[in-house]
Amino acid sequence: MKKDIYILGIETSCDETAVAIVKNGVEIISNTVASQIDSHKRFGGVVPEIASRHHVEAITVVLEEAFNKSGLSWEAIDAIAVTEGPGLVGALLIGVNAAKALAFAKQKPLIGVHHIAGHIYANRLEKEFEFPLLALIVSGGHTELVLMREHGRYEVIGETRDDAAGEAFDKVARMLELPYPGGPQIDRLAAEGEETIAFPRAWLEEGSYDFSFSGLKSSVINTIHNAKQRGENLKKEDIAASFQASVIDVLTKKTSQAASEYGVKQVIVAGGVAANKGLRSALQNEFSPLNIPLLIPPLHLCTDNAAMIAAAGTISFEQGKRSGLDLNANPSLILE
Amino acid sequence: MYTLAIDTSNQILGVALMKGKNIVGEFVTNLAKNHSARLMPAVDHLMKEVQVSPAQLEKIVVAKGPGSYTGVRIGLTTAKTMAWALNIPIIGVSSLEALSYQGRFFSSIICPFFNARRGLVYTGLYQWDDGSMKILGKEQNIVMTDWLEELAKREEEVLFLSPDIDQFKDVIHDYLGDLAIIPDGAFHIPNPSHLILIADGRETDLTHRLTPNYLRLAEAEAKWLEGQEGKK
Ligand SMILES: [Zn+2]
Repeated sequence: MKKDIYILGIETSCDETAVAIVKNGVEIISNTVASQIDSHKRFGGVVPEIASRHHVEAITVVLEEAFNKSGLSWEAIDAIAVTEGPGLVGALLIGVNAAKALAFAKQKPLIGVHHIAGHIYANRLEKEFEFPLLALIVSGGHTELVLMREHGRYEVIGETRDDAAGEAFDKVARMLELPYPGGPQIDRLAAEGEETIAFPRAWLEEGSYDFSFSGLKSSVINTIHNAKQRGENLKKEDIAASFQASVIDVLTKKTSQAASEYGVKQVIVAGGVAANKGLRSALQNEFSPLNIPLLIPPLHLCTDNAAMIAAAGTISFEQGKRSGLDLNANPSLILE
Repeated sequence: MYTLAIDTSNQILGVALMKGKNIVGEFVTNLAKNHSARLMPAVDHLMKEVQVSPAQLEKIVVAKGPGSYTGVRIGLTTAKTMAWALNIPIIGVSSLEALSYQGRFFSSIICPFFNARRGLVYTGLYQWDDGSMKILGKEQNIVMTDWLEELAKREEEVLFLSPDIDQFKDVIHDYLGDLAIIPDGAFHIPNPSHLILIADGRETDLTHRLTPNYLRLAEAEAKWLEGQEGKK
């Protein structure tokens, strides 16, 4: 019988201090997240220095909680996996240095993990992968289409050329004077409004799977500005619905085209924006007639967590990939 | 059993290992190079060299700042995580106090400082008294010329210690003249084994509660507080 693999994962790339232990890359044993969202609210966004200060205060507390909840002994832990990038460098540094200290103290192998690989592997905690698969990653920092033909190998076939989808959500939310974080607020308002404004869709060149949201963002700014000058009162609900419709339209169509072109067996959605109800239902409507299974993780696995890092780290561990004690945070790490 | 000391709070990367009061090994560099990539390999190298395993550690002492925010956090995160993982006590020591130790046995007052940019320094006053270093007043983040004006009023000899001494030598002499004692070279570099000497006999910190000695609010926080004041 094959021995079970237990990986302890650490994630601190943005404003969540998270530690988790995962069995065989598919089963969560413990999963602890300390969110800082309340302390960044008053600044209207994540302040890197404040995030770093919170991480260093929380790291051993979160480690202890996740480890104690697992009921495991250190002997059972096979390796320490940690997000090495991309993300906020000061925030990443806390996780990376904690992981190295832990790996050294307990003499365990160390594995650096790409944050996006983590988001993809969050789905494997729900359902086993079938290759080839297509992953749509949408978050505050990322908008990417990734093709996977096997475990642990990632081909980025499309990515944003300017703003990430989540960034556009946050900026529009700020224009509408919605409280931080803006994404869920837009989603909520959009459900009450109607698509009364025809905002542009950036399809880019024929056959491209890249994205662009800065034109849309400018268009929303101009529309609000012009309406104000004319003394018109646009309903916030309608602006939210129209903006969200444009984003979802592009995300859904491009994902669908890529899925057909590459003949994938699964489509996976990951990242914070995967929590968006409008996007979830649009993708479901698109893929159910096509007979391509669509995997969207539950909400708590869409946002940043360490179970996903442990899950992705398990594959690296099985493939024999190891990092040295000179592992460093890499804010612009590339997914390969 | 052994005590490990770590200092990455400023440009110096320092690691020391002691058995009781004896130094077993030290690793110090004074380079503008990345602490994050180099700290753990330095600890690993030193411990392998002297054949001590992590399980043989009984205490960790760490320089907790002031200094580079990032540098302080790298050292503290590493030290706290090791202390937690090995279930051993940790003690955080002020980086200024550690530096002041280069002036132990000096009879008058000692002023260690670090450049905090924009004319500011992190500093404090220390005095060697009856075999140990005592702090006079509080450590602070202050405009250097204001600080020197204060020191000049004391009309006593002051020993200045700082890795950034070269940039401040002239202004120090402007304010204190002959009362300023500025030694050469190596005295301006904190020594990691001194952290262990300072921590000897001190109450241990709670690992989860040990936080950096920033001496300064994050800029966003300071601005936010100013804004709140304005609203009153
Ligand atoms: Zn993320």
